[in-house]
Amino acid sequence: MNWINAIIQGVFLGGLYALFACGLSLMFGVMRIINLAHGDLAVVGAFGVWVVATRWHLSPFIALLLVLPAMLLLGYMLHRTVLARSLRSGPLTPLLTTFGLAIVIQNALLQIFSPDVHSLGSLTGSISTGSWRLTSQLSVPYQGVLVLVVAILLLGALQFILQHTGFGREMRATAQDPETAELIGVPASSVYARATAIAVATAALAGAFLAIHSTFDPSSGPTQLIFAFEAVVIGGLGSIWGTLIGGIVLGIAQTIGATLDPQYSILAGHLVFLAVLASPRGRLIATGTAIT
Amino acid sequence: MTNSPNPATSTKWAVLRSSPASRICSGAMTLIGAALLAAPQFFGANVVQQLTSLFIFVILAMMWNALAGYAGLVSVGQQAFIGLGAYGTILLSQWGVQPYLAMILAAVAAAALAAILSLLVLRLRGGQFAVGTWVVAEAIALLVALDQGLGGGTGTSLRGLNVYPREVRTAFTYWLTLGFTLLLVLLLFFLLRNRTGVALQAIRDDEEVAASLGVRVWPVKFALFVLAGFGCGAAGALTLANTLFIQPQSIFGVQWSAYLIFMVLVGGLGTFEGPIIGAILFFVVQYEFADLGAWYLIGLGLIAITFALFLPRGLWSLINDRLHIRLLPVGYHLLYPRVRGPGRGGA
Amino acid sequence: MNGLIQVDNLVACHGLLQAVRQVSFAVAEGEILALVGANGAGKSTLLRTIAGAHPATSGTIRLDGTDVTDAPAYRRVASGLALVPEGRKLFPEMSVEENLLVAGRRARPGRWTLDAVLTAFPILKPLRGNRAAVLSGGEQQAAAIARALMTNPRVLLLDEVSLGLAPVAVEAVYESVHALIRDRTTLVIVEQDLQRALSVADRIVCMLEGRVVLESVTGSVTREQVTEAYFGLSRVNTSSAKAEHSLGQQ
Repeated sequence: MNWINAIIQGVFLGGLYALFACGLSLMFGVMRIINLAHGDLAVVGAFGVWVVATRWHLSPFIALLLVLPAMLLLGYMLHRTVLARSLRSGPLTPLLTTFGLAIVIQNALLQIFSPDVHSLGSLTGSISTGSWRLTSQLSVPYQGVLVLVVAILLLGALQFILQHTGFGREMRATAQDPETAELIGVPASSVYARATAIAVATAALAGAFLAIHSTFDPSSGPTQLIFAFEAVVIGGLGSIWGTLIGGIVLGIAQTIGATLDPQYSILAGHLVFLAVLASPRGRLIATGTAIT
Repeated sequence: MTNSPNPATSTKWAVLRSSPASRICSGAMTLIGAALLAAPQFFGANVVQQLTSLFIFVILAMMWNALAGYAGLVSVGQQAFIGLGAYGTILLSQWGVQPYLAMILAAVAAAALAAILSLLVLRLRGGQFAVGTWVVAEAIALLVALDQGLGGGTGTSLRGLNVYPREVRTAFTYWLTLGFTLLLVLLLFFLLRNRTGVALQAIRDDEEVAASLGVRVWPVKFALFVLAGFGCGAAGALTLANTLFIQPQSIFGVQWSAYLIFMVLVGGLGTFEGPIIGAILFFVVQYEFADLGAWYLIGLGLIAITFALFLPRGLWSLINDRLHIRLLPVGYHLLYPRVRGPGRGGA
Repeated sequence: MNGLIQVDNLVACHGLLQAVRQVSFAVAEGEILALVGANGAGKSTLLRTIAGAHPATSGTIRLDGTDVTDAPAYRRVASGLALVPEGRKLFPEMSVEENLLVAGRRARPGRWTLDAVLTAFPILKPLRGNRAAVLSGGEQQAAAIARALMTNPRVLLLDEVSLGLAPVAVEAVYESVHALIRDRTTLVIVEQDLQRALSVADRIVCMLEGRVVLESVTGSVTREQVTEAYFGLSRVNTSSAKAEHSLGQQ
């Protein structure tokens, strides 16, 4: 029964990873940028929710509602000021710029908040601790279900926006051919800025749920970036629902690894990722399709 | 290619390999090299250790530049090979190999591992390659930390070097570092001076077009990735010898990549001289500011971003654009004629 | 006399090479202008620079009196300038209808709506749900023109619309072009087929090696004169072209 429990936990962990992967996938699909600061922006979101929740004694979920618009704005401004310029300079520059950003954000958080580990779990009461007992050995945690539901809703909303709204069409067109998109009146830079805004907001959402699910500290960013990237690669680049599947596969790999030995959990995820990379599917990855 | 009929105007187009200025510089470099070799005779162990650090940075910067500046591969995972070089040395010396020999072998082993990993990691490009290399580094760090024989998470030291008195040890480490630096410079020089060098530029500019023109992309990337693995492995082994104690989280830490990016961006991406300038600058910056902890890294990051956005070709481009010198004659200069006369600006 | 499009001393480069050298001309409202010339003469670069897809090195481009030389392409579209690019350039993974809708989202007010466009290009009606990548050359060309029309432009630039198409498809394309002409839409057409250019246009501009070598009302020029200009046969000294190497300018 240990294994089944591990798989169930893995599925819910996968929901969290899918939340992280969503924004990364969006930015890559639309702009061909892997935002190396994605994980750290999620941690910024987590700290934001933590500060608002503790200072004004609000439930983290209410705090999240307040923080999300701020993160949307942050993402938008981030593009307008830094990323737009880096896109013009060639393929290496966005990588170098976002990496520099990651270092700055991590250390700025370290400076402001100290290396202490925090968690929002205690503030959400029964949601983060309670669970449904199916059998004496199987339990389904409330917050696991919540994260999975939120992930599915978010991905579904994104899929809807991309396929059925004017804004989504503009994003897809700009992703496929930014120059021609401009020739029919679509301001590529504005599309990119809004995509970045959405990506950063989803990162903040993921960061908040990470804080509820477990702990976070200023240096948690890179780990989450890596997990998000692994989820995207395992699930298939350019596919919205692939992100969910990839996250779940990664989550299950980690929880099964943990069942063998707690030290192996993260390593198990890395190995699955490397295995996917080595597979025939891995050969297709470099081509990286745009969001279709 | 064409001569204007008017004798008062243009001269012929020409392609040069080296200019008088760069020949002078090459000569100067040789003299400086001789002076560096003699350093341990004149300076105490502390200074020699600092010089060793400097040259380790030079090695690292050259290697990262070879990958990113010449092949367009931004690696955020070279710390994997740095750590492998260090831990490989520990492992080999635990098996009884003489420490300095162990360092050389560890570097070779790092190169071998790079060759194997390239099969996976070179499938990726751009940002995916960056994160992919990072994942590999993290995975290797985790594997090493699991091994209690190698000290686990708390770290370990290279005991085999304790038999030597400090003066001797620092001098040998220094000379070995210089030796590696020279070896890597030569390897890179020959790689860049002939056709591979031009192929690299073509790949960096537009990989698909280069491939369609018959440039064999993969062997070139492979060679550079293995070379970088070798160089970074050597740097790791040398760092171990210089500092004697390492821990997985620091030797495999991603801050190494931050340092590399800083050095190469500030010095000049894609040039031969840029990384050297960047390494010297970084050495100075490290010496002065490393105690500032988080602020230091924030500063490094902000400077790297600023250079990436506003001066991507680094400080060397400021010098090079004015003076047109190269320290070593790699690359080609295109001399084109200044046309004077009726043709200019006319309808 | 200021036209709807006014180009003055325009220079555009590809790296060190000047593709458009000091080109000046004007297009009046309601006029059909044909831009002809051999491959590499600079016609496409000229259109792309006017549309904003390529940066101008020097010179000015005015749209109805307003200087748009530094304006990004999407702003020129908002001012009424639309380019149907060489090679069609539809968004391959989107359907025909989606391609049209993207263009229509920020369109100027005008008579071209999705229904109007589909009526004008009946070939597209049964294809509206199909992915653009699977369309034939002629169908793609129709879709590309329709897409540009969705922005309700005051002037439409057509770059090599017959390129790579079977003669039947070319006929179909020019059928729709004639419909636009009857509508008094201002058109600039790049066309390699001299005969067709002369039959369709009010004025003809011929380019050679980046410069305008002939400009005339189509009625008052013979085909032979245009051909001579096209190939540079009318130049007194062909080697003078080499002396005008203006590469390596500071």
